[in-house]
Amino acid sequence: MRERSLPPVTQLAMVSLALIVAGGIYLSAHLPRHVPLGPAVALLAASALLLLANVIALARVRDFAWDRFFQVARWSMLGYLVIAGLILYAFLKDNIHGGALVVLTLSLAVFSVHVPMLVGFTVARFADRADRVAA
Amino acid sequence: MAETTIPAPVVHAEPAAPPALEIPDFEVVPRKGLVLVAVAAVLLIVAIAVNKLWPLMFLHVAGGAAWTIIDLFLGLVLGPIMGAMPVPARIQFTTRLMPKMVLIMPVVVTLTLAAGWQLGVKLGTVFTGYENHGWVVASFIVVGVMSVIALGLLEPANIAVLIELKKRRPNPEVIERLMKRFIYAAGVLGAMQVATLVIMTKLATG
Repeated sequence: MRERSLPPVTQLAMVSLALIVAGGIYLSAHLPRHVPLGPAVALLAASALLLLANVIALARVRDFAWDRFFQVARWSMLGYLVIAGLILYAFLKDNIHGGALVVLTLSLAVFSVHVPMLVGFTVARFADRADRVAA
Repeated sequence: MAETTIPAPVVHAEPAAPPALEIPDFEVVPRKGLVLVAVAAVLLIVAIAVNKLWPLMFLHVAGGAAWTIIDLFLGLVLGPIMGAMPVPARIQFTTRLMPKMVLIMPVVVTLTLAAGWQLGVKLGTVFTGYENHGWVVASFIVVGVMSVIALGLLEPANIAVLIELKKRRPNPEVIERLMKRFIYAAGVLGAMQVATLVIMTKLATG
């Protein structure tokens, strides 16, 4: 199978997710003590930057099946927003507040965008030539 | 049931046309199953809202048991069997198994983690003062690594292979490649579930 030249979306997304998870573990491992937010914010910022890099890299791809990408990513995002909402509900119920809540909420936001983007990319990269359009 | 046919992958340069593969009709996301997903989500919300020990324990243990058993069985038993199956048999099996996995895995993972977190807060086991806190943090790390593999490799491959099989002329090479990724990822997750079992039994016995 001849491989098309595409940006490393999967690899970047996995690193981004790993950074989010590391930030979540860091915050969780310190409860209920006061948690210094610096490392968690740094991990979140790095993860968000990778998301941005992935969006830019993917937007520059020519001849990509965008219809298929958005069709899959949209429904996938709905599912992951529900999951993120349930997790956020548990945090709110446990009176997590302030900076930790902001970092966790933004982490869930990155998660809710990056995973659907990855699913949409994996599907669209194998789309038929007829489904692809020039960027 | 409507079925699609695709040519089988050519192994040798034979002049004869390859036999057609039968692909059963299927839904990528089984819509009837969404009702059960909604029920599970409501149960989880209620369990967290009432914050009682038994519902949280039930959802965490039932979800966790399902998650562990499915990963172990898929990764270490079904995965190698699927890998050794002839392509037509694998397609028949895949179109029946993988749509169900699209719904089952996110639900059991969410039930296990959300109910488990709430249970840990209620019992105090996620806090630094708990005597086995190191083991709890180890469980966070194992779950975190499994989440990245499942979300980054397994779930996208699962969806992509189903959508490829929905095409009028699916590409057998794409299916082969995605299935390989799915089976390897499932194998790694199965092996990591052994670590989960070690940690959880240690936490349960103190």
